[in-house]
Amino acid sequence: MPLITANNLSDPDDSYARLIATHDGLTEAQSHALNARLVLILMNQVGDARTIAEALDLARATAR
Amino acid sequence: MTAQPKARQLAFTMYPYARSADQSAPTRAHHPVVVVGAGPVGLAMALDLGRRGVPVLVLDDSEGIGEGSRAICFAKRALEICDRLGAAGPMMDKGVVWNTGKVFHDDRLLYEFNLLPEGDHAFPAFINLQQPYFEKFLFDAIQAERAKGAPIEIRGSNRVTAAHPSANGVTLEIDTPDGPYALQADWLIACDGARSPLRGMLGLGFDGRVFEDNFLIADVRMNAAFPTERWFWFEPHFKSGDSALLHKQPDDVWRIDFQLGWDIDRARELDPARVRARVDAMLGPDVEYDLVWTSIYTFQCRRMDRFRHGRVIFAGDAAHQVSPFGARGANSGVQDIDNLGWKLAAVMAGLAPDRLLDSYDTERVHGADENIRNSTRATDFITPKTPVSRMFRNAVLALAETQPFARAMVNSGRLSVPCTYDGSPLNGPDDPAMPARTRPGSPCPDAPIPDGWLLAALDGFTLLTLDADAPDHVTAHGITLPRLALTANDALRTRYLGAARGAVYLIRPDQHVAARWQSYDADAVAAALGRCLGKE
Repeated sequence: MPLITANNLSDPDDSYARLIATHDGLTEAQSHALNARLVLILMNQVGDARTIAEALDLARATAR
Repeated sequence: MTAQPKARQLAFTMYPYARSADQSAPTRAHHPVVVVGAGPVGLAMALDLGRRGVPVLVLDDSEGIGEGSRAICFAKRALEICDRLGAAGPMMDKGVVWNTGKVFHDDRLLYEFNLLPEGDHAFPAFINLQQPYFEKFLFDAIQAERAKGAPIEIRGSNRVTAAHPSANGVTLEIDTPDGPYALQADWLIACDGARSPLRGMLGLGFDGRVFEDNFLIADVRMNAAFPTERWFWFEPHFKSGDSALLHKQPDDVWRIDFQLGWDIDRARELDPARVRARVDAMLGPDVEYDLVWTSIYTFQCRRMDRFRHGRVIFAGDAAHQVSPFGARGANSGVQDIDNLGWKLAAVMAGLAPDRLLDSYDTERVHGADENIRNSTRATDFITPKTPVSRMFRNAVLALAETQPFARAMVNSGRLSVPCTYDGSPLNGPDDPAMPARTRPGSPCPDAPIPDGWLLAALDGFTLLTLDADAPDHVTAHGITLPRLALTANDALRTRYLGAARGAVYLIRPDQHVAARWQSYDADAVAAALGRCLGKE
């Protein structure tokens, strides 16, 4: 399954707000650890190894 | 793994030095095959060749089997190979079978797993057995074969000091308690371990990745009621190391491993009082035990560019080295000799061209790369090298306690399984209706058959037929293949037949699949046999 790069979120603003709110009150280290768990959970949800590789490449290519 | 060198003490004296007639021969003695190193790989090599009637001389700089448990996990495929060599019975009698593993993080049990070995195999997924026993049982099998006339000789305290390869063989200079002598070998098999002096003498490289970590092994003998399970701790609460392992061996001995880190004082860490303090913290204050053996090891993951250099062929740790996680060291070395024995015998008998031996290189380099990849991944998980790597590792561990998906990512060493030689030049035709696990290049999975077990019935090139007709014997390329005619049962159907109504398999002498068809065709079988002998 190719990586979806068009919007796939049913409510982008709500999901983004939840992402930020999930980090409320956490130290930076706790936030990093939460993000790591979140990446793993979402990676499992995607499942397909090639799609995950595409997503990783995209994230890396965007790094500045 | 690489333990620190020290004066070598022997667990068993097996081949004390005895002066050979070669040492006073007026002309340099000649031997068809010389194996250097009488460790597990060298002994298995000699046993394999000797059983084929190939005269083999083993040279070892020691007089027996070194002490220390060292390799302790022997996997199904290595046991199957040892069974073909007539050595597996005592290993199974002595070894400890285990199925349950527990994974801890800090003071929490994250989860348990069961190896759940697939049913209908003669051998379990693993046994735990100290390496000296493994070597002794191979040596005992060699003695039994010698009594029946197998041309195997082992010379202790024969240290090779120089090797001069030529197009047709190798001249070896050897040091002994009676002084030096030289001999000529047509073929030299280097099984002289991770530090391979032969590799150095020939100026051959051995590159790879160094892991900056030290592991302390403490073998302890105790009668405490720990179950026969593999327990692995990440960041253990008892602070005896960054990771720790507890694993049962025969004779009431337990292997304990502590990861110590890079900057350590080795001599201080090996002080028995300090070792005992670590073990006490792990086992608790009231457990009585004896320290049987301690060692500190480091490891690297690396291999030679090529395992074959003309008439010199490298096998085992001399050719490739992995981390101990996943039990891919000694197990893969035994697979090396399983691959090499029949090929060398065929080339020496004139049944196959010299280039058949290049396929040893192709196939076992493929196997080594797979083992290095797996063991490197396990090592990176167990010993994260960067803060972000540790963060993700600990995120996996945090999720693994409650989330099944995360347990699949926890890697404290993967089950050692033999590789499939996909893409090997020896592979012949495949049939898509049959199961992927038995495609050409695959090691044959065992299965029950009317007289016992399938693998026990596969010795030498064999034509296996399942619900298919074929002649009882097929002769091609100077080789007569016996037919093993079987009616499919559940295990055979699942493992070999798949959606096909019948199946004809050409099986190699190392019990890997060479080619398969739905029905017998004499020309197709002959062509596949020729290909498998390196004639194409």
